Amino acid sequence: MSHELVAVLLGALAGTLSAMFGVGGGVVFVPTLIFLGHSTHTAVATSLVAIVPVVAMGAWRQSAYGSVRWRDAVIVGAASLPTAKLGEVVATSLPNSVLRRLFAVVLVLVAIQLVYHALRGQPE
Amino acid sequence: MPRRVPTLVATGLVAGFLAGVFGVGGGIVIVPLLVAGAAYLPKPAMATSLAAMLFTAVAAGASHAAAGQVAWQDAALIGLPATAGAVAGAWLHQRAATRPMVLAFAALLLITAGKLAL
Repeated sequence: MSHELVAVLLGALAGTLSAMFGVGGGVVFVPTLIFLGHSTHTAVATSLVAIVPVVAMGAWRQSAYGSVRWRDAVIVGAASLPTAKLGEVVATSLPNSVLRRLFAVVLVLVAIQLVYHALRGQPE
Repeated sequence: MPRRVPTLVATGLVAGFLAGVFGVGGGIVIVPLLVAGAAYLPKPAMATSLAAMLFTAVAAGASHAAAGQVAWQDAALIGLPATAGAVAGAWLHQRAATRPMVLAFAALLLITAGKLAL
């Protein structure tokens, strides 16, 4: 199977799983991109670009339902701009293997959060 | 209500950093912080977090792109099918995200974490 076909299939699967289980797209995109042979740095960077159409579609759908509080979203989003840059600088300065292991810790924390909510019996 | 603004700003600061370092959108922290800190219910928290992540993901992505690290073709090959997949996933969330399925997905994340850590 070609690299392109594998990427498309994994992308569709990653998008489905992230929305189905309510985890962020990046949680599944970054491992997917590493699996496709990218360095952790490239996977992190590429995941962020891949997330943009996913959240744009999600925000558009939710906005149509009237669930989005745009004023709050703009405050959160604007506040994230300087630290997003800072985070990129930190990620770029870390060795690839360290960044990959730190990401593994994030996955463990997300898994713990999922199990905690599942066992408490609340959907979200 | 104005008291909520510092909470929202703090939420954005944390989300931006995690997005920049780990390539996640930031919803991992935005949703729980909106619920715990700004009296949001889970559904509007998820919706508002998606809107906030538009800013976060674009900013963090642009910063990484300026550093020359984005694989643009794979970003499109993954992001566009994922957008369609997310619509299906939102439908499945209501119908198939049962407790055993959630636990199985958590196990998949742990296995992935183990592979990445080695």
